[in-house]
Amino acid sequence: MTAPASDEPSSARLVLSLGLAGLLSGLALVGVYLETKPLIEENQAAYLREKVFELLPGSVSIAAHVVRDGELVLFEGEPAALAGEDVVYAGLDADGQVIGNAIPAQGPGFQDTIRLIYGYDPTRRVVVGMRVLESKETPGLGDKIAKDPTFLANFAALAVEPQVLAVKAGEGTEPNHVDCITGATISSKAVVDIINGSIEQWLPVFNAEGGS
Amino acid sequence: MASSSKKSAPTEPTLWDEGVKGIWRENPVFIAVLGLCPAMAVTNSLINGVVMGAATTFVLVGASLFVSLLRHVIPKPVRISIYIIIIATFVTIVDFALAAYMPAAHRELGAFIALIVVNCLILGRQEAFASRNKVGPSLADAVGMSLGFTLALVMIGGIREVLGSGTLGGVPVFGADPSLPSEGVAVFEPWVIMVLPPGGFLTLGVLLTIFAYLKNASAERKKQEMAASPDSARRS
Repeated sequence: MTAPASDEPSSARLVLSLGLAGLLSGLALVGVYLETKPLIEENQAAYLREKVFELLPGSVSIAAHVVRDGELVLFEGEPAALAGEDVVYAGLDADGQVIGNAIPAQGPGFQDTIRLIYGYDPTRRVVVGMRVLESKETPGLGDKIAKDPTFLANFAALAVEPQVLAVKAGEGTEPNHVDCITGATISSKAVVDIINGSIEQWLPVFNAEGGS
Repeated sequence: MASSSKKSAPTEPTLWDEGVKGIWRENPVFIAVLGLCPAMAVTNSLINGVVMGAATTFVLVGASLFVSLLRHVIPKPVRISIYIIIIATFVTIVDFALAAYMPAAHRELGAFIALIVVNCLILGRQEAFASRNKVGPSLADAVGMSLGFTLALVMIGGIREVLGSGTLGGVPVFGADPSLPSEGVAVFEPWVIMVLPPGGFLTLGVLLTIFAYLKNASAERKKQEMAASPDSARRS
């Protein structure tokens, strides 16, 4: 007890070592985080823009709209300030006319939150396309929601009223039916639920727009 | 230390020996059967195997460097915790770096990158090797083990992608759409099961069998050589 043996380090030394390791690791990570954060955000924004252009063919620029007092207004702040806001991205043609709207939405998937964006035509009340922005669905099964062309084709002209319905693969007959992916029913239904939830939230806004 | 790589080789392994042993003789996946979670979970395509292998290489080499450098400073009772802190730091760096510089790969493998922390291969090399050896051999060991691991992932990923999707590295190997008949014959119908988890087990099982067979065959051969020259057998 009096003379600390070299192979029995004191508790203080253990605490100190662990604390030091944690501190250094934390510092290193803060550095890397700050270094990569702008790039990561840039990548996400670029990917989102890419998908908006994909969903709204013919648009040459994108305007972000947010809801203020129940109405859609153009958002003119820094893109970073959009975090946490409910946003609609309007695709504009060369004359600045709105071609269509792309709405980001998210919700629980099979493993983790699925973030997606869908194109919406408020006058015809149809979804005109869907792209997955981020998901951690099972590789080879659930992740087909992002890649499977047959599944994505469901969203090319999908009626949202009374609501979107997920049906078994091959059984979709109505314009509001989405054929689930065989073996990925939960992920497919998650996408449908996310879109239904988002439509429910946005419909009043678009209806107000149409009325004014 | 540099002079130790003379004629007395068998007792003192050279850096080269430490490096190559991980690729074949002590291959982490096929011989040591370590790190199977990533070896099966992400390897449904060649490119996933390559990215996972590269990420693991970075973590293993980085962690081995630090553990070896600090091997006299780290107190024994908390060494595992400190190894994990070091490993987790490198994993998080890889995660950020992939998201920043290779967003497509990160979208594909994001969920699995964080799990590198618990890859027993990495912790195993720290405990078994880096914490007991100088920096040089530790780095050689880490590089060799990483190469062996990457090789294994690429092999499994390649096999599963060819059989499961009919492509290799994203390039169709059986014509543009393998499931469509070409000249009246369906060339190849992808075995969907190969990209699903059971395909990973099947592929790994077959490869393990092949490696075990090769290993036994070479051990058998050595035994026979020994028997053929009893002189050398007695000496060793």
